[in-house]
Amino acid sequence: MEFVDALINILNSTIRVSVPLLLACLAGLYSERAGVFDIGLEGKMLAGAFAGAAAAAVFASAWIGLLVAVLVSVGMALVHGFASITHRGNQIVSGVAINFIAAGSTIILGQAWFQQGGRTPSLPPEGRFGEIKLPGADALRDVPVIGQLYSGLLSGHSLLTYVAFLAVPFTWWVLFRTRFGLRLRAVGENPAAVDTAGISVAWLRYRAVICTGILTGLAGSYMALAQNAGFVKDMTAGRGYIALAALIFAKWKPVPAMFACLLFGFLDALSIRLQGTPLPLIGKVPVQLMQALPYILTVILLAGFIGKAIPPRAGGVPYVKER
Amino acid sequence: MSTPYAKLPAWADYGLIPLINLLVAFAVAGLVVLLVGENPLRAAVILVEGAFGSGQGIAYTLFYATNFIFTGLAVAVAFHCGLFNIGGEGQAYIGGLGIAIVVLSFDSTLPWWVVFPLAIIASALFGALWALIPAYLQAKRGSHIVITTIMFNFIAASVMVYMLVNVLKPMGSMAPQTRQFLEGGQLPKLGWLLAEFGLKVRPSAPLNISFLLALVMAFLVWVLIWRTRLGYEIRTYGFSSKAARYAGISEPRIIIVTMLISGALAGMMALNPIMGDQHNVPLDFVSGAGFVGIAVALMGRSHPAGIVPAAILFGMLYQGGAELAFEMPNISRDMIVIIQGLVILFAGALENMFRPTIQGIFASISPGSVGITATKGERA
Repeated sequence: MEFVDALINILNSTIRVSVPLLLACLAGLYSERAGVFDIGLEGKMLAGAFAGAAAAAVFASAWIGLLVAVLVSVGMALVHGFASITHRGNQIVSGVAINFIAAGSTIILGQAWFQQGGRTPSLPPEGRFGEIKLPGADALRDVPVIGQLYSGLLSGHSLLTYVAFLAVPFTWWVLFRTRFGLRLRAVGENPAAVDTAGISVAWLRYRAVICTGILTGLAGSYMALAQNAGFVKDMTAGRGYIALAALIFAKWKPVPAMFACLLFGFLDALSIRLQGTPLPLIGKVPVQLMQALPYILTVILLAGFIGKAIPPRAGGVPYVKER
Repeated sequence: MSTPYAKLPAWADYGLIPLINLLVAFAVAGLVVLLVGENPLRAAVILVEGAFGSGQGIAYTLFYATNFIFTGLAVAVAFHCGLFNIGGEGQAYIGGLGIAIVVLSFDSTLPWWVVFPLAIIASALFGALWALIPAYLQAKRGSHIVITTIMFNFIAASVMVYMLVNVLKPMGSMAPQTRQFLEGGQLPKLGWLLAEFGLKVRPSAPLNISFLLALVMAFLVWVLIWRTRLGYEIRTYGFSSKAARYAGISEPRIIIVTMLISGALAGMMALNPIMGDQHNVPLDFVSGAGFVGIAVALMGRSHPAGIVPAAILFGMLYQGGAELAFEMPNISRDMIVIIQGLVILFAGALENMFRPTIQGIFASISPGSVGITATKGERA
């Protein structure tokens, strides 16, 4: 019994830490599948979290917070698009710039507007996305295992958590079952062919980048409006990069992306839980090793030891129409 | 494939366009200052005065610039090979580990002028080793170097936390850092050099001889890139990997060698804060200098003659930014992070934004300067 409780506990925290990773990872998926590399996920998430928390604090409404977070993230995504699509700039450089601008401006603006050392005011309950109880969760609480799983693991998350997991099949459907998705993938593999077919490469890539902005805005909102009650400085703490690692780990596919994010989230949850407690057989594992494991795993994958991660062929290359 | 942009005269390409980009970046930063309710012009005056208004300010400015020269050169060398080394942060951090090993073993027995060369070698070696795996993976396995170096930044941070907390921390100490270095691990200051020019510098100013090392390295990088066979190969590979392969240049070798040099330069950055100022190895001593190197290399157009002034400019921002934080309550040092981001955006990613306009202006003034007469000649 105790084991089931502990397991549900750790899986529950896995889900909680995985959600922002998953949203950011799917965000990167749209952009990179369309041939625009994006290492600015971190910055867009951070800006979204700040904008969402600030707006939710001022208007005391989670929905307004969400809307503003998405608008700000899309705005930053459009800057990335403007630099890398319209002006054919280096996509990595642009992503680095976005991360810096977000890291600095969230602190400066936060301090200037709220005077709490870069934090936003603590949000009231109506400014947050509360926990949603699935129907019958209370009644089933005492049923062993199945009831526990239902009420302890599936129920009681915020709306954005369910949105994040529903976004996985939705993204799959968009990418692999719609005309837009086909074209989006084509523009990441062979933009010249898309251009020949009379479809605007730039407009397609812009739409992909906008999708990225929306999803990173959701990721930021989740962190500031659901997981926490407000924004604290540098709250994304490298999650954008872990999401990027997960995206590569999942070989740019939506469903594996979910599993990669859950795996990395599980490692995170486990490292918090195991802090200092020795494991059977292995002994005491340093926390730092657990924290570095997502990155190490990704490097091993990139090295080609666990399958091969092949990025979209036109990724990172600005499209120049041949004259 | 047609070249997307016509050629401009060299002075416009290397002087005018970076200058315009920089001005736009500062103008946008000024808007942010305005947004938080301060006067941007007054902020600029405080910034420049804080950085260059006193001997002490200049010493700090050059101290920060030393870090950025090293990391800027590291990024630039990789740029010449068409590689994007975003891992300067991690390489410098691990370079600090090399220094810690050397200094902690020798600082009680040897004088600084023996320890210093050993520490240079150790920092370069450790930095280079940290770049070796990403380089190998890029060269042999084709894994994207940007991604692997990002991952290695995070792995480096974990390694260093582990080493400082569990291995290097002296017994009974709470702070995760090494013990204080003895005399042999402390580099001489350079304050007297500024005093020669009649400037007042307190002995506490951190400017030290690793600044001179940085200048030497800038010169050596120039020699390497433009005056040696290896440099020629690096540039050839960066210009066109196909042409390089056709000319018989070994692709894996050139990638790995370039990244080793780049990592070594980044690793040497650790000398300045560790041996020159702090006299111990603390957590996070790199504090973003690896990323500033990207901005510096972009602004300096990957040429040492451009990197040194660009590094001093960023040193000015760091030092002046600290003064600014004193004077203006609404502005903290994070303002520098924004400016850095804007410089990277406008001087790097959007570097071509104003090019067509400038080309248009040049073409209307003198068509010959942008190569328009040549096309006319073809037609005739």
